[in-house]
Amino acid sequence: MNPALLVIAAFLVLSFALGLLARRGRTMTLEQWSVGGRGFGAVFVFLLMAGEIYTTFTFLGGSGWAYGRGAPAFYILSYGALAFSFSYFLLPVIWRYGTKHHLHSQADFFVSKYKSPALGVIVSLVGVAALIPYLVLQLKGLGIIVSETSNGSLSVATAVWISVAALVGYVVISGVHGSAWTAVVKDVMILTVAVGLGVYLPLHYYGGYGAMFEAIERAKPGFLSLPAKGMSPSWFVSTVLLSAVGFYMWPHAFGSVYTARSEEVFRKNAVVMPLYQLVLLFVFFVGFAAILQMPGLTGAQADLSLLRISKLAFPPLVVGLIGAAGLLTALVPGSMILLTASTILAKNVVRPLAPATSERAVGRLARGLVPAVALVAVFFTLRGGEAIVPLLLLGYNLVTQLFPALILSLPERPLATRTGAIAGILAGEATIAWVSLSGTTLAKLYPRWPSAITDLNVGIVAMTVNVVVLLAVSATTRGRAEAGSGAQPATATR
Amino acid sequence: MRRPPLYRWLAALPALLILVGVPFANRVHRMVLGLPFLLFWIVCCVVLTSAVMALVGALDAKHAADATPSTPPAGAANSDGSR
Repeated sequence: MNPALLVIAAFLVLSFALGLLARRGRTMTLEQWSVGGRGFGAVFVFLLMAGEIYTTFTFLGGSGWAYGRGAPAFYILSYGALAFSFSYFLLPVIWRYGTKHHLHSQADFFVSKYKSPALGVIVSLVGVAALIPYLVLQLKGLGIIVSETSNGSLSVATAVWISVAALVGYVVISGVHGSAWTAVVKDVMILTVAVGLGVYLPLHYYGGYGAMFEAIERAKPGFLSLPAKGMSPSWFVSTVLLSAVGFYMWPHAFGSVYTARSEEVFRKNAVVMPLYQLVLLFVFFVGFAAILQMPGLTGAQADLSLLRISKLAFPPLVVGLIGAAGLLTALVPGSMILLTASTILAKNVVRPLAPATSERAVGRLARGLVPAVALVAVFFTLRGGEAIVPLLLLGYNLVTQLFPALILSLPERPLATRTGAIAGILAGEATIAWVSLSGTTLAKLYPRWPSAITDLNVGIVAMTVNVVVLLAVSATTRGRAEAGSGAQPATATR
Repeated sequence: MRRPPLYRWLAALPALLILVGVPFANRVHRMVLGLPFLLFWIVCCVVLTSAVMALVGALDAKHAADATPSTPPAGAANSDGSR
């Protein structure tokens, strides 16, 4: 075993130990296991949310896209800021409602608002469907890290199996408390590593940022601005908008809202999180630094750029620390995702369908589903050749379809009816499924339309279909007094 | 429901600068602080978001304190004085 792998293994053991420590002395009810007993202060919620935000996606995917695509990668830095300013207004509303009604999950919110268990099941299935590509990309990242640091002595497939075993073990041992504690270690490491690499590599190889970007511009003119066609400004703007809107539609992000002790937490986060986002800048620098030093990684291989240039620049021990940071950025969010997906399936899909199931049985089922969900993710990981970023974009397209029904449920007199919400979500998801499976784009469908329109993220089209169907069906069903009426105003405290 | 105070629209400013501004800021030169112009623009928007949200948060806290007759002690939990 080489030194880099040993360092990574040591960190894996450490994260298991933290998971066990966090669990000590607590009886793990389903609430403890999934929302941490609702007692987390600003720092913990911050770390949980950051834990979900700084994932393999940022670490390997962000640098990979900077390396492979250039300026379009900047969208990753942009949407977070939008989402956080938006969260300032949205999250306190969700939190107040959730706390008042003792809600645990995103589906609970929809069930309660629209008085519709069926909608809860649909929302849950959408959430799980979106979480799968998100989990796949974490596994992909773990696989890349383990196989790259082993210098190829472990194949990617072996690496993925090792990683998934670690992930499942970790989740089953620790639940949400383990995630929060490991998130502390992970955030310190990822900050250090990302900033360290992002400062060192450009200076070392080019003498400075300006020199690096000028060199890239000379070698690949136009790479550092958005192209006129394809990932053009209209792709950029529509993608930023969709991702910002979808940010808190993820079931795990939505669920972590309930773990907050008070709503003040979200107000603080809206200030701190955008600055924390700037870590991404350094991740981009790493990808850019690799362009001229490590040329030739094409397609999904671009995701290897960070580790490849690290191996070029540093001795194995340092590469091991970088890999360990990468391991934690996949393990923490991966565990949250896995935990959320299996809890949702047990509690929000199986239980409504089999209401006789006891609380304990649901808890056992949730734990039992962890390996099952993980296996599904492994299947897709080993099968697909997608790069990391497109995987997340697919997940975003799926969860974003929940947004209209959520927003329209907030006013005291909800604008959407139960049937309208269900119809809108199904229409939006059907559009996404059709587009993703057939590989259609607007540019292919309407080649003569201006590229400003055909470059729009296809999620916008699905969202439009969704909203139109939602409003039309709501308008026709409203008279029948079936809406999740204003009996419980969402904003009770104002 | 009361109309939200006007200053809250400030929060939309960074979003507009990104969503409307990026097509106009889509240039490599001139570089600022060593960054391509587009990247520099986005970084500025991110920093501005944080500043604007701090400002809106402070104004909201002040607003809530003014609205409640029994002002909570300054600095202490300035949540929204409505519970």
